[in-house]
Amino acid sequence: MKFAVIVFPGSNCDLDMYHAVKDELGTEVEYVWHHDTSLEGYDGILLPGGFSYGDYLRTGAIARFSPIMDEVIKAAKEGKPVLGVCNGFQILLEAGLLPGAMRRNQNLKFICRPVELIVENNNTLFTNGYEQKEEITIPVAHGEGNYYCDDETLEKLKKNNQIVFSYKDEVNGSVLDIAGIMNEQGNVLGMMPHPERAVDSLLGSDDGLRLFKSILSHWRERNAITS
Amino acid sequence: MMFEVKVYVSLKEAVLDPQGSAVKGSLHHLGFEGVEDVRIGKVMSLRIESNKEEIEDKVKSMCDKLLANPVIEDYRFEIEEVVSQ
Repeated sequence: MKFAVIVFPGSNCDLDMYHAVKDELGTEVEYVWHHDTSLEGYDGILLPGGFSYGDYLRTGAIARFSPIMDEVIKAAKEGKPVLGVCNGFQILLEAGLLPGAMRRNQNLKFICRPVELIVENNNTLFTNGYEQKEEITIPVAHGEGNYYCDDETLEKLKKNNQIVFSYKDEVNGSVLDIAGIMNEQGNVLGMMPHPERAVDSLLGSDDGLRLFKSILSHWRERNAITS
Repeated sequence: MMFEVKVYVSLKEAVLDPQGSAVKGSLHHLGFEGVEDVRIGKVMSLRIESNKEEIEDKVKSMCDKLLANPVIEDYRFEIEEVVSQ
């Protein structure tokens, strides 16, 4: 399996993402510059955290129109796994690949610490390595992770089991303490916590590694069937 | 023709504005009574070369596509023709 890590001007978790997939998961991975116009040959797309375009206008608003985004949208429509973490999540929201939007954290502070998450749906290609309702520890680092959607969207998210992770305790003011959601098709996941920063117990937690392992095992299963 | 355009973007009424709430609290703390609500928004000033028929649609399209996020924000704009001296 070969991953692409999309690099925007202002991305700063791209190296961590690369390291997690290359060294801890042990798969192929390459950086793809946001001006590139092809994602051919990649089986999974990773949008890292950071501050693309300095968060100008709104988080993710300008990166959403980078040339590579047409290809990211295409890959998502084709059913390829697309993971957006933190700023990557914000970009997916702006691009309309996921519903809702981000507001400033309720306490207006940049929150940077490990948090307890609850796996709300382990029946996804991103979370098959976790137990349903398992509690895991993954760090957050964001100023705008206060997830918002209207009531109608929230009902849809609940009904379709699109809420994948929630915060065990209130963190940033998000509706229903949502930490991560996926699209209806189940191949696009956006989450504020950083699984790529939790891939080695030496650094506090390796709970994030299972997310990448889940993607890989899903891909292997699918390819074993089709080949 | 040259136009000066001002775009005002603010969070929708239904969306809680954490910055506005903090500023409201601070105003109360300073003793300003009667401040019931504070909403923080953005003002953008644009200079646009366009013909008169298209300018409004153009600005609206800019707002819908990029300048505002319709999920959480409302916008309005004012268009003024720049009269050359």
